[in-house]
Amino acid sequence: MLYALPAPAFWLGVWQLCAFLVDRRLAGKGNELLLPYPLSVWNALASMAGTGEFWATIFFSLGRIALGLTCGIVIGAALAALTCASPWADRLLSPAIRVVRAAPVASFILLVLLWTGRNHVPAVISATMVVPVVWDNLSRGIQAMDRKLLELAQCYRFSRWKTVTLLYLPALRPYILTALTTATGLAWKSGVAAEVLCLPEPSLGQRIYYTKYYLDIPELFAWTAATVALSMVLERLLRACLARWGRGWGT
Amino acid sequence: MIFCKDLTVSFGDRAVLDRFSLQIPDTGVTALSGPSGCGKTTLLRVLAGLERPQSGAVEGATPRETAILFQDDRLLPWRTAGQHLTDVLPGEQRGRVPELLALAELEGEENTRPAALSGGMGRRLALARCLALPARLYLLDEPFAGVDLARALRILERLRALPAPVLLVSHEPAVLDHADRVVELDGPPLKHI
Repeated sequence: MLYALPAPAFWLGVWQLCAFLVDRRLAGKGNELLLPYPLSVWNALASMAGTGEFWATIFFSLGRIALGLTCGIVIGAALAALTCASPWADRLLSPAIRVVRAAPVASFILLVLLWTGRNHVPAVISATMVVPVVWDNLSRGIQAMDRKLLELAQCYRFSRWKTVTLLYLPALRPYILTALTTATGLAWKSGVAAEVLCLPEPSLGQRIYYTKYYLDIPELFAWTAATVALSMVLERLLRACLARWGRGWGT
Repeated sequence: MIFCKDLTVSFGDRAVLDRFSLQIPDTGVTALSGPSGCGKTTLLRVLAGLERPQSGAVEGATPRETAILFQDDRLLPWRTAGQHLTDVLPGEQRGRVPELLALAELEGEENTRPAALSGGMGRRLALARCLALPARLYLLDEPFAGVDLARALRILERLRALPAPVLLVSHEPAVLDHADRVVELDGPPLKHI
């Protein structure tokens, strides 16, 4: 725990110093608009955290993004299995998935906003951004699968279910870990961006949008900090689950 | 009796089996011996259905009625020794785990994962897993690699008592001496015996 402290303390010091320099440059007139002090942000966060509205906002945003993340993982995994199993499906689907990966997220947000209600956009966008990441990682894992183990499964008459659960899933664990950690960060970034543009109610994105509207920069920092903290907590939870799953394998 | 009749297998221009024939009795251990690369492993793979011969046939045991121990252990790092056996044993035979562990002299290792086993123990676990599979013919590719001789000979005695025949590959003279039948091979290509 102690070894983790110096880096955040260092960056907090850098932030404090920068805010001080801005404050001096502006002679105390409006540095809160450009770069507020860490303490101002902390105060804003503490006062927000005391309200039910804050927790409701977190709850709804978390729900939307977790839903999008889950759907994205399931669809991405299914597509990876399909494109690896069938060259025909690979030729058909791979270019489309690559286009989705390369296309600007803002274009998707506006399109999905036109096609669905604004409340659905963050989940759909999170899922859309997660699918290519999961597909790419799992496809590489499936292609790198040890052929000797598959030969073993054939000779030892493993059912398809047994082959998936006993061979594929454990062998794909490092790829699943990479896919999940990358996908979680991406789901939050894209989901909150969609909320900023579509303003579903209540949502983190909507609150961030209003801070811009009212030029309440400490609150902008506070909502951003809440978003980052949520993303990190979710990522740590997923990592902890996967670490538990692989304990004692010696791989 | 299991018959290999006129098996021919080539990889490109290289003939490994050339109209090769062999009879395997219904019980006991038949040992295959010969120089490296002479086609012993290819013969086992043909019998297990992993290589398709260009000509010839196997009679008396289909690939689905064989169980093969590969030259490498192919253990799963995420499964315990006991799980390796239950993964293969038919549902009604799950109770045979202690018996199979005892056959391979791995008593007390039921909950050990491969990373914690020595090379020889891993080999014996792979052997026990192979024997867990119900089969009409057991194909063992160097089953005693890394296993000390005294233990190898004790396990060989147990293999001789199995109800199904065993065809094994070995370079160890003492193992060949204790087999019921030894087939000396020359090649490649392996020809009619």
